Amino acid sequence: MKKEFICISCPMGCPLTVWEENGEVLVSGNTCPRGKAYGIQEFTCPQRVVTSSVPVRGGEQSMCSVKTDKPVAKTEIAKVLAAIYGASVKAPVKVGDIVIPNVDGNGANVVATRRVLDRKK
Amino acid sequence: MIKTCDVAIIGGGPAGLAAALSARKAGAENVLILERDSFPGGILQQCIHNGFGLHYFGQELTGPEYAQRFIDEAENTDGIEILLDTMVIEVHGDKSIIAVSNKYGLVNVQAKAVVLAMGCRERTRGALSTPGTRPAGVYTAGCAQRLVNMEGLMPGKKIVILGSGDIGLIMARRMTWEGAKVQMVCEIMPFSSGLNRNIVQCLKDNDIPLYFNTTIVEIHGKERVTGVTVAEVDPKTRLPKMETARFVECDTLLLSVGLIPENELTTAAGIEMDRVTSGAKVDAARQTSVPGIFACGNVLHVHDLVDNVSQEAQIAGENAAKYALGTLPVADTVKVIPEGGVRYVVPQQLVKGEGNVALYFRVGSAYKPARLTVKCGDAELKTTKKQIMTPGEMEKVVIDLGKVTGDVTVKVEEA
Ligand SMILES: Cc1cc2nc3c(=O)[nH]c(=O)nc-3n(C[C@H](O)[C@H](O)[C@H](O)COP(=O)(O)OP(=O)(O)OC[C@H]3O[C@@H](n4cnc5c(N)ncnc54)[C@H](O)[C@@H]3O)c2cc1C
Ligand code: SF4
Repeated sequence: MKKEFICISCPMGCPLTVWEENGEVLVSGNTCPRGKAYGIQEFTCPQRVVTSSVPVRGGEQSMCSVKTDKPVAKTEIAKVLAAIYGASVKAPVKVGDIVIPNVDGNGANVVATRRVLDRKK
Repeated sequence: MIKTCDVAIIGGGPAGLAAALSARKAGAENVLILERDSFPGGILQQCIHNGFGLHYFGQELTGPEYAQRFIDEAENTDGIEILLDTMVIEVHGDKSIIAVSNKYGLVNVQAKAVVLAMGCRERTRGALSTPGTRPAGVYTAGCAQRLVNMEGLMPGKKIVILGSGDIGLIMARRMTWEGAKVQMVCEIMPFSSGLNRNIVQCLKDNDIPLYFNTTIVEIHGKERVTGVTVAEVDPKTRLPKMETARFVECDTLLLSVGLIPENELTTAAGIEMDRVTSGAKVDAARQTSVPGIFACGNVLHVHDLVDNVSQEAQIAGENAAKYALGTLPVADTVKVIPEGGVRYVVPQQLVKGEGNVALYFRVGSAYKPARLTVKCGDAELKTTKKQIMTPGEMEKVVIDLGKVTGDVTVKVEEA
């Protein structure tokens, strides 16, 4: 089955067509090799970093931003968001603190991306 | 409170923080950052998505992570003080500053050099003059971004977004991820000023339609938005074609229709402005028309990449320190003039001298492919061809200052 993508690796935005033939993934429409690599990745296993924020207890701010520390498969995004939706953290929080370990079952953790100090300094 | 310092910096966003660090490194003994918010980091605090820092740090960070690196460094550097909850209300040519603060009361600062780093704000509905009622539920995309990401509040459930700038695109995804239904994004132009990456990852990933040559002609609802009337526009005149008008139900309208540098302090100080950038006119040191007052970041011109903000701020901070120490050379200046497809160039002036200097510019429409020519009189300083130049991406060209003898022109045309 042929799939169409827009290459996002540079502002040219080449329209890519990607398909599989005899076990090989082929790309057309790309102007340069980066477009080919992007097309193959999107065709075989598109991945995204998920970002959101979670409530903080006892912090000088009410929310703390978080992200997955690795890209997760696009098909797992809904599951990851649901897990983040139910999570919260307790101050103090440092950048990189793990909020939800192994959120996608594939080794990606949800980690804090900002510092939140205790409410009373 | 009365304070004196070598370099005072107005704004503690990425521009202010980077300027402070480089001013200190360049020898300023004490650097004071004045920030009206309760936390440093500026707008980056609410930009929780990733994609920052690819150029500057060589890795993809989220906005808060990018900011935290500079905050940590500033907090760990002796000689840099950050006054939070402190809003500057006046800057003067003698480098004195008046600020008000609910923590410190009236703050009077006497600096030797000043760096303006106040960032920008979003255009609002008023600036657009969309007809209709005045119900609740109309937000700028950045305001919604702050509510959702920092306060944990959802502005609505059924959303229409006007304008396909990056902040609008990012918010389309964010609202969808938080369970809202984003009906559509309307863009009056035939192209988006947002990055391809955001169109793909924010809209296409979530099946959100983007309509070009389309605008909102009326907002409906008494207490709360109940919907908007959407119409196509004539691509030439950009006037709405009323026969295409249709009602789209929504409870929230987000506006992502551009940013304006926050320059009230700058104009009040009598600093010469550039009508195109809505920022100050500066030389390569990022010094304004008032000696000793420098500007950088979004207050100078709207940047799409914070990486460029940090770089520009380093230049401003370093030269502010030199000015404070009395070592900034004074020499003749020449003008940098945009031509052809170039809308503006920063810096607008160059001080004659040695070494390389980078000129940053934007084109007014897409050029595919584009030829760039930089000239000084009849002498060609640089000519290059690029596959594509778009209004959404800031371009950069480096020239040899040694060859600059008079005014410089920067021109882009179809190659
Ligand atoms: C809503 C929004 C979303 C954005 N999203 C992105 C994005 O996704 N990716 C990207 O690369 N760029 C984004 N940008 C651009 C990004 O903001 C800039 O790259 C960068 O943050 C600009 O840094 P700055 O320090 O110049 O301005 P800011 O980050 O705006 O910082 C300015 C600081 O000055 C303070 N200030 C202003 N006036 C005063 C005063 N009178 N007294 C004291 N303090 C004052 C403000 O409180 C603020 O903290 C966005 C911009 C906006 C407005
Ligand atoms: S294929 Fe190459 S030229 Fe085309 S958008 Fe991708 S990176 Fe750019």
